[in-house]
Amino acid sequence: MSWLLAASIALPFLTAVLAFLFRAGPAGRRISVAGNAALLAAAVALMAETLREGVIAGQVGEWAAPFGITLVADLLSAVMVVITAITALAVSVYALADIGERAERLGYHALFNVLIAGVCGAFLTGDLFNLYVWFEVMLISSFGLLILGGSKAQIDGGVKYVALNMISTILFLSGVGLLYGMTGTLNMADLARTVPELEDQGLVTLIAMMFMIAFGVKAAVFPLFFWLPASYHTPAFSVSAVFAGLLTKVGVYALIRMFTLVFDGDVGFTHQILLWVAALTMLTGVLGAAAQNDIRRILSFHIVSQIGYMIMGLALLTPLALAGAVFYLVHHIIVKANLFLIAGVAERVAGSTELSRIGGLYKSAPLLAVLFLIPAFSLAGFPPLSGFWAKYILVAAAIEIEGWVIAAVALVVGLLTIYSMTKIWAEAFWKPHPEGLEPALTRLPPGDRARLLAPVAALAGLTLVIGFFPEPFVAFAERAAGQLLDPTAYMTAVLGAAS
Amino acid sequence: MGAAASTGGKASAGWIGLAPAALSAALFVWFASLAPSIADGETLRVAWSWAPSLGVSLSFLVDGLSLTFALLISGIGALVFLYSNTYLAGHPQFGRFALFLTAFMLAMLGLVLADNLIALFVFWELTTVTSYLLIGFGHETAKGRRSALQALFVTGAGALALLAGFILLGFTAGSFELSEILAQGDALKDHALYLPILILILAGAFTKSAQFPFHFWLPNAMAAPTPVSAFLHSATMVKAGVYLMARLHPGFSGTDAWLWTLTVAGAFTAVFASLMALRQTDLKQALAYTTLMALGTLTLLLGQDSGYAMTAFATFLIVHSLYKASLFLMVGCIDHATGTREAGLLGGLARAMPVTCFAAALAALSMAGFPPFLGFIGKELKYAGALAVGSEPILVAGAMLAANALMFAVAGVVAFKPFWRPAGGPLPHAPHEAPWPMLAGPVLLAVLGAVFGLYPDLLQRTLVDPTVASLLGTTEDAKTLQLWAGVNLPLILSVATVALGLALYLAHGPIRAALARAVEAAPGFDAGWDRFLDGLKAFAAWQTRLIQTGVLRTYIFATFATVLVGLAGTMAAKGVWPAAPDLSLANWRTVALVALIVAGALLTAVTTSRIAAMASLGVVGIGVAMIFITFGAPDVAITQLLVETLVVVLAAVALLRLPVLDKPGERDRRPRDAVLALGVGAVVTAILLLVLETPLDRRLTDFFETASWPEAYGRNIVNVILVDFRALDTFGEVAVVMIAGLAAYALLRTTAERRETTAEKGEGK
Repeated sequence: MSWLLAASIALPFLTAVLAFLFRAGPAGRRISVAGNAALLAAAVALMAETLREGVIAGQVGEWAAPFGITLVADLLSAVMVVITAITALAVSVYALADIGERAERLGYHALFNVLIAGVCGAFLTGDLFNLYVWFEVMLISSFGLLILGGSKAQIDGGVKYVALNMISTILFLSGVGLLYGMTGTLNMADLARTVPELEDQGLVTLIAMMFMIAFGVKAAVFPLFFWLPASYHTPAFSVSAVFAGLLTKVGVYALIRMFTLVFDGDVGFTHQILLWVAALTMLTGVLGAAAQNDIRRILSFHIVSQIGYMIMGLALLTPLALAGAVFYLVHHIIVKANLFLIAGVAERVAGSTELSRIGGLYKSAPLLAVLFLIPAFSLAGFPPLSGFWAKYILVAAAIEIEGWVIAAVALVVGLLTIYSMTKIWAEAFWKPHPEGLEPALTRLPPGDRARLLAPVAALAGLTLVIGFFPEPFVAFAERAAGQLLDPTAYMTAVLGAAS
Repeated sequence: MGAAASTGGKASAGWIGLAPAALSAALFVWFASLAPSIADGETLRVAWSWAPSLGVSLSFLVDGLSLTFALLISGIGALVFLYSNTYLAGHPQFGRFALFLTAFMLAMLGLVLADNLIALFVFWELTTVTSYLLIGFGHETAKGRRSALQALFVTGAGALALLAGFILLGFTAGSFELSEILAQGDALKDHALYLPILILILAGAFTKSAQFPFHFWLPNAMAAPTPVSAFLHSATMVKAGVYLMARLHPGFSGTDAWLWTLTVAGAFTAVFASLMALRQTDLKQALAYTTLMALGTLTLLLGQDSGYAMTAFATFLIVHSLYKASLFLMVGCIDHATGTREAGLLGGLARAMPVTCFAAALAALSMAGFPPFLGFIGKELKYAGALAVGSEPILVAGAMLAANALMFAVAGVVAFKPFWRPAGGPLPHAPHEAPWPMLAGPVLLAVLGAVFGLYPDLLQRTLVDPTVASLLGTTEDAKTLQLWAGVNLPLILSVATVALGLALYLAHGPIRAALARAVEAAPGFDAGWDRFLDGLKAFAAWQTRLIQTGVLRTYIFATFATVLVGLAGTMAAKGVWPAAPDLSLANWRTVALVALIVAGALLTAVTTSRIAAMASLGVVGIGVAMIFITFGAPDVAITQLLVETLVVVLAAVALLRLPVLDKPGERDRRPRDAVLALGVGAVVTAILLLVLETPLDRRLTDFFETASWPEAYGRNIVNVILVDFRALDTFGEVAVVMIAGLAAYALLRTTAERRETTAEKGEGK
């Protein structure tokens, strides 16, 4: 059933091409929605397959690994593709009311869907150089989306975004080259086999650090996250939502993949560094958020902070901690993308995302207030929402192995997260509008209202489902973590039983 | 939630608004029906699995302790719902108010019934959130928002400690079920982690139950509507911390840490709060501080483990809930009827509000501890409990005496003066009696205080004994509730209380003034909160300015500095250094080429002309191509040359239109940048040399060479790799080029369009 692997990459490309061809009229955006619905179907089928069969792999062009390029889906990859498709579908519906015709004519839907293709490719590839290619695809298409509006702020953000990501790219490429020089292979499963056999393990650790920094930039960890708060508040809301949900998570995914599969030989060194990085990322991110007064800027810094939690799960490297990281990834993508979408609605209704300039949404837009409270309180880790379970698993994992400091950091950061989420709530929702406006949802055109709110409501619903019925998600995350900690199945699926 | 309910608006305050009251009443009846079997010593436990992988279940346990709480919650809840349906009638946000309050009541019931630690925590936080939303009912004032945040933040901070404590407790005990944990007996107290667990859990309990020094949020929480204050911030939610301490009493009490922490915190809170209560002029604020006093007393009692203390705990818990909810609701009636709660203004209400006056009098007499009210019995038991304390009984009894006497005086101020003394000033409205739904609650609760006082047996077997059994494991040590226990030390203390209280009441004017002066002079916790928040904001802003400067240059510097530190640090830590490179292949040609490349790179870095920088970068690229030729890779060299030429030409065209590179101040940073650049270059070179020391594995190259023609039908291996072996990479790169074109086109179009539009702000803060 390896065609499902290819479908998750090919479908968004196909959608992109078709949407570009029909970009002049309404057809383009409908194609984008339909294409992403199809992607979701394929992704769900893929996940069902991995649940049934374990790890599944496909060799592109039938060139056996490690000679060609392998596509692989274990549970982590599969769930990431599913969550990508969900986000993409939600955002493509939202975009119906958010993206103007001008941006559409300039190729918005093509850029968007190529970005999705890049994200899916990154999650599914089993080849290190191919991962680099998908990073490139993502980088260029996200740059296009960033600057599409053409405002000075967007171009300023876009330039910082590209410049800093280029450093990551160069480092990544150098790392790939050097690793190839040492092992003669690019296939990740093959690397997992050959790297531990290398004589100079000190050198392996050194190369691992190159990858850690390269992926660290992508994941926006401390002290490499500058590009994220510099750019995420500038583009269209649809764009920042999909960025917020997915882009950094590809970096986190790459870190998890490489530092469980290939670079797990010197855990005492690499993962200890990751643990410090996690703590500092959580803290600096959440403090950054506390200093902001614009909804999107607050949310952007929170992404950084929460990346810290996921890295914490990877750094602790116990079954429970990794399960926590996986659970956190899934929870976070849904919640974070949704909050950016809601910020867009708030701006449309109340006039701005700058907290000093808006207010009154609780009184006159109660539906939006509810829709905001669900992801916001989930992000803040209030039970019984999804974020609580995510935080709970990670803190429990830390306490289990007596990691007192990291557990304390995670909890304190949780408190500060509450602080900035309630800041948005108190200012945008509770406080009266400074201009005496009564920002009701009826200010939106009726068609737009449904297109903007349906995806928001759907994502909020998912957050509630994960929160109220956590067991299947936790069990899934634990299975995924098990696969990561024991990559035998992964290697067998890629290289065959002989290896 | 709020959306659907709030649309009801005015209509929701009708019969539909009574649905929560009916729900509470039904729950009360159901819990009451359980009372006989619980009194017989049975417990009821039900459990559903929730997240078994994490040890989390929805398990509930009804025993004496949880039943007492459940009855108080649902019973007072029903009366409060009835009350607020009239109190807030016609309020546009009544729908969400009722919804939040109902959600709170259910969460509170969950909290006291939960047997699983994590489930308990979930309900605990739900009460925090609903309390936040209810305190923020007056959300349009900055004060309301501030109070809501303060309550959320303080109790939220405690809750996080509590979560850590629960997780630690669960791992230590090997179970998250309270019934299993507590069944382990003294094992916990001997465990090495006992103290950390205790501290973490008490942090949660003390913040929630507003023990000193975490008490300051509770008086501010009075920003909520009066029914909320009565229900959450007096009768139920703030007792959650007390409940938790009571619940853990069997497994945790008896150690010095437990005894002294609870005794000292409780005693200090009780005395401090009753002094502060006397200082207040707002009736509701005065009541808020008396709630603190009650919470302190309950905490103090839980610190002990004598039968007297436990019986006193169970009795006072009930007494306090009855009279306090009644008094709060009574103050709400006064507020509703007169438009003010200022003690200085109110007076002479007995004639206009006789029923309110009646309820107030009964409740206040119970609060002051007069016979034959339940408050009297509670007070006697408290004294008996205090005197039974193993060490320092005088101190504990003395604290209790001071607090009780002050309570007596406050009861007079709150419930006597407004009705009987002449009015102190013109009232905003002419007073009138409150409607019956608002009177039902205060009257019923106050009357119950008298009924239970006269017939203490009603409580003894149904609630008090079972609660003591939950705490001590047996009903044997439960003491008898009785109005007349003979002339004994507690009775003498009672008499002293009344005498002292009366004196305090008569002198409360001067005392209040003196207290007010003292409080003005002393640093307040509430002001400390503002300083804390300001400090947090200032620190956050400072560190963010430090990190997120808005200048790309510093970002790039920091990123490369991380690269340098990360890689060089690892080399040092792991002791990996390259051996001296083998230079046998070097000849004059390669040396000249390398010199050319170095010169090109240097020129690129130092020139201030963009065109010169592009040209010298081109020199670097061509130099690299030449090296490829030298080492026999002409096809790669050709590709490199082509790409290099194209890039230089295209970039030069674009860059020509931009200004020169030299900016003021830039030269100062050059040396620093140069050091970093050389450092990164050196480290990468070292890594490259290290990698070159390892033998090259030619598996892939060999395969490509052998398979290229027979299997892929191509003789040019590079071509076959690109279009067949690794076609997916090529596909991706083609997409990159296409998208780059698209992005460039969009950029050009928009920059052209932008000429007309106004400038917008960049990343700047």
